[in-house]
Amino acid sequence: MKKDVKKNNVGQVFTYALFTILLILFLVPFFLVLLNSFKENKEIILDPLALPEKINLTGYVKAFTAMNYLETFKNSLTITILSIVLIILFAVMCAYFFARNNWKINKILFMIMVASMIIPFQTIMIPIVKNFSAINAVDNIFMVVVFYIGAHISMAVFMFQGFIKNIPAELDEAATIDGCNNFQILFKVIFPLLKPIISTVAILDILAIWNDFLLPYILLQSNRLKTLPLMTYSFFGQYSVDYSLVCSGLIMSILPVIIIYAFLQKQIIDGVVAGAIK
Amino acid sequence: MQLSFTDWNGLSDSYQYVGFRNYINAFKDTEFITSLLKTFEYVFFVVVLTNMTAFFIAYGLTRGIKAQGIYRVGFFTPNLIGGVVLGLIWKFVFSTALPTIGELPHVEFLQKNLLSQPKTAFASLVVVAVWQLAGYLMLIYMAGIVGLPKDVLEAAKLDGVTGLKELRYIILPLIMPSITICGFMSIKSAFMAYDVNMSLTNGGPFASTKLVAMQVYERAFTSQQYGVGQAEALILFVIVAIITLVQVGLSKSKEVEA
Repeated sequence: MKKDVKKNNVGQVFTYALFTILLILFLVPFFLVLLNSFKENKEIILDPLALPEKINLTGYVKAFTAMNYLETFKNSLTITILSIVLIILFAVMCAYFFARNNWKINKILFMIMVASMIIPFQTIMIPIVKNFSAINAVDNIFMVVVFYIGAHISMAVFMFQGFIKNIPAELDEAATIDGCNNFQILFKVIFPLLKPIISTVAILDILAIWNDFLLPYILLQSNRLKTLPLMTYSFFGQYSVDYSLVCSGLIMSILPVIIIYAFLQKQIIDGVVAGAIK
Repeated sequence: MQLSFTDWNGLSDSYQYVGFRNYINAFKDTEFITSLLKTFEYVFFVVVLTNMTAFFIAYGLTRGIKAQGIYRVGFFTPNLIGGVVLGLIWKFVFSTALPTIGELPHVEFLQKNLLSQPKTAFASLVVVAVWQLAGYLMLIYMAGIVGLPKDVLEAAKLDGVTGLKELRYIILPLIMPSITICGFMSIKSAFMAYDVNMSLTNGGPFASTKLVAMQVYERAFTSQQYGVGQAEALILFVIVAIITLVQVGLSKSKEVEA
């Protein structure tokens, strides 16, 4: 028995060691970039692995202006927030309608929505550019938002619909008796009940939209409209030899996500798991 | 969809219907076929390696390790950041840090920039993709393993089934639903890989790492053959749809009730 415990301990230590090493391997690229963002270019070329001699922030200052960071950040933020708010608003209304009215046409529309979820972006990207440029809608942040609503709403409706179906219809009836109209039922009774699933959908969509590259890449051309991933990419291309600048830029573009992750890690992970299993 | 039957070049207002010619051209397009084959190879490696890594980590982390949460958070981090930025981070690592390590004895193969030779560039692309995706699949596998019925596990333990046998005969069949999901997700995202591909290698050297999604993009927007590009995009979609359907069907048939 004693021996068994000992063996178990050795096994435990081994597992810890193994996974710690693995974890370090997983995160080492981030550290390397962070480390080098504090160095001067000369130091990086000399030895990219060494610790910085002193913390040097010139890379950040230069990258901040070169990337037009504030405006870029604002673009990303506008697109993400607008899209998420509208997606959730429309999807809840739509899902509520689908869930409570058992019409044949609703079933068909719902099926079409679900089917549209499996179409990959590459398949529709060319027609989108064609149609958007036909109505002069390229290079416009709001058209990007419109597209995101279309692209993400079907999944949101799908998840909300399943959830609303499980809310007993008697609740609606009770609210009606108490004098609620349809809008009040939806926003005062159903909406609060949907909170957990709304946060799941919001997290998934925020991650997808914030990090999306291809759509802004083909729709937004002018520099002042670029989103963060887009700007990082063109910035890297422009200054690819100035490593200090590049590292600072990379760190600045991942920083917002990392900060939010640090505070909301549990919600984010739970949301992702819930979203994947549905 | 309608576009794939036309010869539209992206600028003019008028175009003609050309029947199936774009599809025929797509199949004659050697660049498209090469990139498609390359993608199959890529998908194979990414799917197998990602799922193995993810399952291995998930299995290890659910063996009663303390501080599981920290590991979980750490392994998931790459997933939060967009593919383009990840690709750029790795580009930096491959072009500066690794060659420095290569100056140490015994690791000479690192001295050259791995992204500059076709074979190693392809391997690098796979490594980055596995790194990015594994954390996500790990979460799904962990949820699957944690959700295993306790009574079955206990019964197996009483019958003397432990270690690898437990893994092979009890755990693997029972988490088949998770494997279905992970297989589907990894296949789909590997076929559609574009962001990392573009920022890490941009298809080079010598188009050795140009995957099919990138090829479609270039056909349409760089060489302005929108019709052919769209036809290729649809072919890709059909291929992915067929493969994922087969995969989901196959692994669903292996699922068992506890």
